[in-house]
Amino acid sequence: MIHIEVLGPGCSKCQVLYQRADEAAKALGIEYEITKVTDIERIIGYGIMSTPALVVNGTVKLVGRVPSAEQLRVFLS
Amino acid sequence: MIPEPRGAIAEDLSPGAKPESPQSGARFLALKIAAGLVGWAVLYASLPGLSKWVAAHIVPGPRETHLASAVEFFLYEAPKVLLLLTLVVFGVGVIRSYFTPERTRAILAGKSEAAGNGLAAALGIVTPFCSCSAIPLFIGFLTAGVPLGVTFSFLIAAPMVNEVALALLFGLFGWKVAALYLGTGLSIAIVAGWVIGKLRMEEHVEPWVYQMHLTDHGPAEGAVSWDGRVRHGLEAVKDIVGKVWPYLLAGIAVGAGIHGWVPENFMASIMGKGAWWSVPLAVVIGVPMYSNAAGIIPVVHALLEKGAALGTVLAFMMSVIALSLPEMIILRRVLRPVLIGAFVGIVSLGIVVVGYLFNWLI
Repeated sequence: MIHIEVLGPGCSKCQVLYQRADEAAKALGIEYEITKVTDIERIIGYGIMSTPALVVNGTVKLVGRVPSAEQLRVFLS
Repeated sequence: MIPEPRGAIAEDLSPGAKPESPQSGARFLALKIAAGLVGWAVLYASLPGLSKWVAAHIVPGPRETHLASAVEFFLYEAPKVLLLLTLVVFGVGVIRSYFTPERTRAILAGKSEAAGNGLAAALGIVTPFCSCSAIPLFIGFLTAGVPLGVTFSFLIAAPMVNEVALALLFGLFGWKVAALYLGTGLSIAIVAGWVIGKLRMEEHVEPWVYQMHLTDHGPAEGAVSWDGRVRHGLEAVKDIVGKVWPYLLAGIAVGAGIHGWVPENFMASIMGKGAWWSVPLAVVIGVPMYSNAAGIIPVVHALLEKGAALGTVLAFMMSVIALSLPEMIILRRVLRPVLIGAFVGIVSLGIVVVGYLFNWLI
């Protein structure tokens, strides 16, 4: 089961990334858990300076933009 | 800091970015770019004639009526500004693919004050920056050893001297005004940041900020190919122009209305050179307001036509874009009120000075 975290304080890009990541994971048919992280301290803890960011199983995969659906599928698999 | 989308570089860590066969790939890309630029130039050059022609068909009759005048203004300015914006956003998007906040932070860490301020302001223009990541970025900079004043120079320059504002100023007022805006914006960022640094206000940063540990799981930078850079540019266009165009059209429509209906020199009495109090007043009104550059510059353009003084109008614009109430609220998470007050006060003062300077010089 993969753990997906979407980091961001809540601007529209973060919402979009969350939705897209959710959809992509569903489309892949894998077992997953997705959470939205808005807490600044945890975001900093990952060394992130631009949001939104995507973290999969504790590894930062993408920082600063919303990827396309195909790119997301690559990150999640 | 404004909620304006910035073309952010993609930290793309997907394994195996496709290596393209160098020669043919690069040539094809160059061809695509060249074709795009030529198409752009053709469109741009045909605008004056085209807009007049369309206007004449929509609003037949004498050219000097209010309606005809306003419609012509709109049909010329709207596509012109959109084209300019697209070009500039694309170009800046490509430039931005060379910069990341991580790289900027590494460059600025531990730099001495004066040099650092200048560098930070310049980097503020080209580093991708979104106001939602202002706090993480601020903390990231401080904990890596970037001095407080230098960080502020970055934070002032980034939203104020943004490519949308510059593109619009260039398109509506010419390169001199755009260059002046760039120069004074940078100066304000550098001087204000330097002053804040000198005031030794580090103790007014919320203490928990300095205790943060920036464990750097941050993504390593993969090499970005030229294809990737062009993609960033195009994404930036889709992102920024896609978000901003309604405000732009609204602003130009208001501008067209002012252009068509407000009599000449109407603004001279309240915003003209003679009214010395207009500059500070413009700044006081502008600071709590927020608008993105796209919406406000076309309005400013029309006001200018009607006799408002350039300095007053630019001071208003700068204070609307550079400072806002929502931003102050966000900053409260990491800064104590005294420091926020100092920040707002010093930047406002800088803007007022610039306003007077413009009025005096031009």
